[in-house]
Amino acid sequence: MKKDIILCGVGGQGILSIATIIGEAATKAGLFLKQAEVHGMSQRGGDVQSNLRLSTEPIWSDLIAEAGADLIISMEPMEAMRYLGYLSKEGRIVTSSKPFVNIPNYPDEDALQQELDTLPSIKLDIESVAKDCGNPRGANMVLLGMAAPFIGILSVENLREAIATVFSRKGEQVVEANLKAFDAGVKAGA
Amino acid sequence: MKKLLLGDEAVALGAINAGLSGVYAYPGTPSTEITEYIQGHPLAKERGIHSRWCTNEKTAMEAALGMSYAGKRALVCMKHVGMNVCADAFVNSAITGVKGGLIVLAADDPSMHSSQNEQDSRFYAKFALVPCLEPSNQQEAYDMMAYGFDLSERLGEPIVLRVVTRLAHSRAAVEVTEPKAEKLLSPATDQWVLLPGIARKKYVKLLEKQDAMKQASEESPYNKVETSARKTGILACGIAYNYVKEAVGSDANLVKISQYPLPEDKIKALAAKCDDLLVIEDGQPVVEELVKGLLGAGYPVKGRLTGDLPRTGELNPDNVAKALGKATGAVFAPAKNMAARPPQLCQGCGHRDVYAALNQVLADYPEHRVFGDIGCYTLGALPPFQALSSCVDMGASITMAKGAADAGLFPAVAIIGDSTFTHSGMTGLLDAVNDKANITVIISDNLTTGMTGGQDSAGTNKYEAICLGLGVEPEHVRVVVPLPKNMPEITRVIKEEIEYKGVSVIIPRRECIQTFARHARAKKH
Repeated sequence: MKKDIILCGVGGQGILSIATIIGEAATKAGLFLKQAEVHGMSQRGGDVQSNLRLSTEPIWSDLIAEAGADLIISMEPMEAMRYLGYLSKEGRIVTSSKPFVNIPNYPDEDALQQELDTLPSIKLDIESVAKDCGNPRGANMVLLGMAAPFIGILSVENLREAIATVFSRKGEQVVEANLKAFDAGVKAGA
Repeated sequence: MKKLLLGDEAVALGAINAGLSGVYAYPGTPSTEITEYIQGHPLAKERGIHSRWCTNEKTAMEAALGMSYAGKRALVCMKHVGMNVCADAFVNSAITGVKGGLIVLAADDPSMHSSQNEQDSRFYAKFALVPCLEPSNQQEAYDMMAYGFDLSERLGEPIVLRVVTRLAHSRAAVEVTEPKAEKLLSPATDQWVLLPGIARKKYVKLLEKQDAMKQASEESPYNKVETSARKTGILACGIAYNYVKEAVGSDANLVKISQYPLPEDKIKALAAKCDDLLVIEDGQPVVEELVKGLLGAGYPVKGRLTGDLPRTGELNPDNVAKALGKATGAVFAPAKNMAARPPQLCQGCGHRDVYAALNQVLADYPEHRVFGDIGCYTLGALPPFQALSSCVDMGASITMAKGAADAGLFPAVAIIGDSTFTHSGMTGLLDAVNDKANITVIISDNLTTGMTGGQDSAGTNKYEAICLGLGVEPEHVRVVVPLPKNMPEITRVIKEEIEYKGVSVIIPRRECIQTFARHARAKKH
């Protein structure tokens, strides 16, 4: 069994934290894992993505092939669609619905949402959900919660444990706040 | 024990556990995380392993050679273009030879994710006549550090270890071994004095080692042979091996190449049982050209030069699968509502205020040119500022502005960051001062090496002193604080210094907002 996931968004939105948590959960579950990240220049407000490959068998390539991704998890709706060429026929997009507009030529938002609706996607205003559960900086955890049922190769419980482990050095309160955001995402996505 | 590590971290931990005594480096994507990992590692701290950032790649290479001379194991890390900066020291380290194991890590950046070119560091290894190791995955990156130090000491030569972005910045689980002890102080006793009379003898000695280097490649555990009934043989270099395995699994007649000079016997044996060879390598067609020479004009060799693989850009599972006749292709068409999202300067960044002021002043000088340099502020070339005419290599802003001013161009403005200035800008400023060149130099000082994530900058708190020491006149070394509220003062200073017929230096100084936020968080905890 394998899952190929593209994580994407805009530099600074916290996609590497999502990758770290899935990576922690996968390692604990004894899965093979490869995770290609983007560092350096692109992190400055540009588009960023991470290729995350999980499998019960050894993995060769660090990168996902075209039409190979089971899942695109995106912090931003236009960024979700940037990687459509990598989405498999049965693949799915889980994305924030709220545009992050830091360029002058951002596409028409209604047209963008309509196009997203024609694709196998679920979207949610994750920032509002995060605010509602008292953790405005936890939008990425809401998104991870939404995506959790589709990751499949890891259980929702595996991911909860990984959140607790990854945030443990920041204290109990931070762990609880992130779990709350994650749970809200699971609920909203279901 | 298994550990989840970035390729860069695997290199770092592999080096520590192989008995490293010092890492010498200047930050550069995708190599930066190696030195940072060593700086933060408890055993490295306990042992007092040297890990402070160097001023540039040349000082790094020379210090590492000095540590090797003293008998200890040293690692030099840089991005590929850093090899150009340290080339003098590097090429000559092959002539002196080494005592303690010396590994020169070059992180190449095919596709130029964060770089100005795609140069391939394997050329440098060949140029200097030393071995090159090219790991295909994180485990090999780890294992090759101990292997490489041993090889370096056995041959008495530096070893190039070449990684590419996709390995440097990808994580996988790595089986980690127990740390070995450092080497003891035991300085070389032969002369490393490259006077012609000695250098000629040493060069002959280096040439005599070539057979041993080739033999090591033939016997290397990293140069594997796999067989099948296919008539096209594959040479899979470094991470290309993964893409081949992804596409065809075990059904390949191949030689995996992870150690150079080329294992020529293995390649000839593969060619003999196949009809043609496909060379798959990330970067430039180094092996493709060599193999054409090796097998002669009559033997068909395919690769990047023949168009079977793209001439530019990194390898990926798709272009390799296509070359192997296995491509699948996208299912979904590209999105219609799409726009490019290039990187940009952070909101609140001091460089923004510098560009805003500069553009305002230069609007009155239609013939102006601004010569840029390497760092976050290179983004000033993009909208909304579009302020730069050039960015070539570390330090070139000052020297290019000087050359243009020599030709009569006015105003010639150079903009360079603090870390880039100490890396390679100071010598150019001295040239400008000695020639009384009519240039205005802006050292945009954010107190850090920003682009690579906020490493210490070698000249912090020393910039005025450096400029004065190099002979810039005291009244033309001006310091301002780049904030929107100071715009009238900054524009006035820029205007005055442009009008001054000689070398002037303006230092806008305000901490990088990324490191500022990090320091504030650290204080809170």
